[in-house]
Amino acid sequence: MATERKLSYVMAFNEAVRQCMEDDPNVFCAGEDIGAYGGVFGTYAGLQKTFGPERMVDTPISEQAIIGLGVGAAVAGLRPVVDLMFMDFMLVAMDQIVNQAAKIKYMFGGVAVVPLTITTAGGGGLSAGAQHSQSLEALLCHIPGLKVVYPSNPYDMKGLMRSCIEENNPTVMVKHKRLLGMTGLVPEERYSIPLGVANVMKPGSDVTVVAWGRMANEAVAAAEMLEADGISVEVIDPRTLQPLDTATIVESVRRTHRVVVVHEAVQFGGLGAEIAAQIQHEAFDYLDAPVERIGAPFSPVPFSPALESHYLPDARSIAAGIRATLARPLVGG
Amino acid sequence: MELSRVVLMDLHRRMVRIRLFEEAAGRLAEAAKLPGFLHLYVGEEAVAAGVCGALTDQDQITSTHRGHGHLVAKGGDFNRMMAELMGKSTGYCKGKGGSMHISDLNLGMLGANGIVGAGSPIAVGAAFANKYNKNGNVAVAFFGDGATNIGAFHEAANMACALNLPIVFACENNEYGEFTPRHVTMAITDIVDRAAGYGMPGVIVDGMDVVAVHEAASEAVARARRGEGPSLIEAKTYRFYNHHGVQNLGLKYRSDDEVAEWKQRDPIFSFEERMVEAGQATTTDFEAVWAQLRADIEAAIQFAEESPLPTSDMVLADVYTLMGAK
Repeated sequence: MATERKLSYVMAFNEAVRQCMEDDPNVFCAGEDIGAYGGVFGTYAGLQKTFGPERMVDTPISEQAIIGLGVGAAVAGLRPVVDLMFMDFMLVAMDQIVNQAAKIKYMFGGVAVVPLTITTAGGGGLSAGAQHSQSLEALLCHIPGLKVVYPSNPYDMKGLMRSCIEENNPTVMVKHKRLLGMTGLVPEERYSIPLGVANVMKPGSDVTVVAWGRMANEAVAAAEMLEADGISVEVIDPRTLQPLDTATIVESVRRTHRVVVVHEAVQFGGLGAEIAAQIQHEAFDYLDAPVERIGAPFSPVPFSPALESHYLPDARSIAAGIRATLARPLVGG
Repeated sequence: MELSRVVLMDLHRRMVRIRLFEEAAGRLAEAAKLPGFLHLYVGEEAVAAGVCGALTDQDQITSTHRGHGHLVAKGGDFNRMMAELMGKSTGYCKGKGGSMHISDLNLGMLGANGIVGAGSPIAVGAAFANKYNKNGNVAVAFFGDGATNIGAFHEAANMACALNLPIVFACENNEYGEFTPRHVTMAITDIVDRAAGYGMPGVIVDGMDVVAVHEAASEAVARARRGEGPSLIEAKTYRFYNHHGVQNLGLKYRSDDEVAEWKQRDPIFSFEERMVEAGQATTTDFEAVWAQLRADIEAAIQFAEESPLPTSDMVLADVYTLMGAK
């Protein structure tokens, strides 16, 4: 029986790191401001006090070298957790992430093992502007060799973060900045949630919604809004975006026959396009409507709250998308 | 420092191994027997040999796109190297890496690298692991003069110094970044000038003199092992062949005189002359080394040619480490 203990998303992350560091002396963390300061979002708070500066390493503002530090240390047998403060900053380090970390195992004929976890903070909603608000997970999911994880709640965060650290491949753990303070039941004991396994957040029968990170919560809120009108929405949070649990999504769509894919990222070329393609391939004969996609418009993330609130999908726009999908008549029906 | 005859002959052997491997690779490429790009190390042998001669198998190196020399100098196996260049399943990387990604983790060779400058941050990581594990091992980042113009080098050098890691930055200054001469791409003449900006010592050595390289490397490696931090070695050297392949397109970017001048200072032949003059070895001694290694190369070519190509099911193997597997 799990303890009835509430913890925030950020502290669930922190606890997972702490427990992994207690369990495995090869785990260390490195990044900007993560040591003495505890991370700009408090993600690594208190860990340097426990584990010392040798295992909680403050680095220069050097994203390429931070990832390189992780790659080299991982190949040399350690289990690094390296932090890129904002997801936008990973673009500075793309060579080390994409050309080095992701490919070393393959390029070296399978000999290398790269148990590297990259942690970062993605998503908008804080008026952080175009360079501190992006959702770039699709870029990462496109790269063979990487795994990508994006938890939507504290419980998943703790279990998924433990899996990331235990994982023997380079894995990117994306925290959503707007979820950092979200609280939920999180057992104190150690547990892990396997990568590549989706979570049905809310069962339903009329339509399937696929959403992750903060959008998974918005989708649940949308589903609750629609319940009053007798609409039953199934919400699936893939939790891991690479590898993607296509089977769970397809199984659901074959039951509901309609599906809406939601993400905070720009819609064009987003991960929703891939998910839509997989669904039409695996469940074409079961679909009663085209796969609907909801994402951000094709612009950088705007700064002003007045603009950003229009830019980001939310429960209302998701609910509207669901209604539109359900409203589409069957051919000959 | 007086080097023993055993050490001197070992350095020589490493250089000859590189020369013979690279010349064989060049001939095979010209005969269209090697797929892909080929960046030959001929002319720069004293650098890899001198540095790697100061390292153990547990010390790590990161390399460049001109990386065969580093693997050979670290003790790389001719058979597996040649097979890799031919894209065979018996190659170091099972034919998935090729010339630009050749590696041997058991020898601490963390890979040639297709991205200029990208090896240095990885060497920083290996050096970090050495310090973390207190194992006394040292990491060496090899890179060219051109790589010092890339951000990754700057980040790596600064971080290594900030964290006081056991690492040596070994710059092969061959005066050209691909086809463009150094003076066009930087306003300094000596790469070593950059060292002070990171707070590490730097030294210039004659990169055509394996003894000089070895002595500088031994000192830098010893310093790193003692926990005294990073240092930079700039070896002034030259590539005898082209940026890639042997002849490239035949476009002129350096004068015949310049090439001939550097060839006068051939690191292997000049070393042999000095050894003979000093009475430390005879031409017969050296001929024996060349003859034996030539035989090894011929055997490696045969091994590679007779090795099977990888099967199509290998495309999807090794993208990920499977859980429970190592």
